[in-house]
Amino acid sequence: MNRRLRIGLFGISSAGLTALMLWAVAGLPAFGDYHHRYGTLLKKVAVSERHATNVVTSIVFDYRGFDTMGEELILFTSVMGVALLLRDVREGADRPRDAVVSDALGLVGLAFSAGLLVLGLYVIAHGPITPGGGFQGGVILSAALLLVWLAGSLRSYMRLTPTPYVDLTEGTGVGGFVVTGLVALLIGTPFLHNLLPYGLAGKLSSGGSIPVVNWATGLAVTAAFLLLYNEFLEERSFVIAGKHK
Amino acid sequence: MIPLQAMAIALVAVFAPLVVFTRDIVRLTMAASLYAFSLVVLFLIFQAPDVALSELVVGAVAFPLVIVVAIVMQRGG
Repeated sequence: MNRRLRIGLFGISSAGLTALMLWAVAGLPAFGDYHHRYGTLLKKVAVSERHATNVVTSIVFDYRGFDTMGEELILFTSVMGVALLLRDVREGADRPRDAVVSDALGLVGLAFSAGLLVLGLYVIAHGPITPGGGFQGGVILSAALLLVWLAGSLRSYMRLTPTPYVDLTEGTGVGGFVVTGLVALLIGTPFLHNLLPYGLAGKLSSGGSIPVVNWATGLAVTAAFLLLYNEFLEERSFVIAGKHK
Repeated sequence: MIPLQAMAIALVAVFAPLVVFTRDIVRLTMAASLYAFSLVVLFLIFQAPDVALSELVVGAVAFPLVIVVAIVMQRGG
């Protein structure tokens, strides 16, 4: 297919797509004009039913908790897939010395890492109250730890996140989510039924089972991203070690 | 639509083609982060702070980090 034909084809199809998109946008309800039954109902009852002021979190970890469990298992499975593919290829590769030599970079990185660590914990803990939760906080926590590599050295990052412990954390997080659901099933209620006392709205412990599932998700997501980074970094040091031989 | 919302959409419209037309991989990573950031602003202005936070951590933290590591790997240093 020559260039002129391709550009022509692109022009026609992008014009068609633009027209369809504009048509769709024109048919959108006005901003703030929301009439869906499910959302309207939840907006009315969620806070008084679950005492969690962040309705998004109570939907994600309670009303639609089963969906979220599926999503978490997707993340779990894909990280396991990466680990399976990359882990056995490189037994006994030497770790390169790659410490960052700039003191300024190290200091700034360390300060950022400490701040991110606190921010990550804050975002997870406040999941039932304000925007955020286990997923967002978990990624922030993993980034805080990765900064140790970016501003320090691979050696100290690897020492900080030993793969067996990260594996264990990952399993505990995902397992905690599933077990919370199974406990509800065992005492005769639906799977993932919210069975803990709901507490006072606006407190960190409010929402019954929501904080439990939220923290389990936080652990699982932190560990999943750390495992992903670890596999990539190990792969990288293997490539470098291979070059040196 | 209020002007602020129009500005947020315009910002996304500026950064999206930037991602498409950038060829150099390092610049592409930065362009993709900027695009993600413009989406964060969009979500925030349209009052979806939870989605904004998710987009922030994935688009501005996790995705660029994986790409940066991949670039370092590819260059072998």
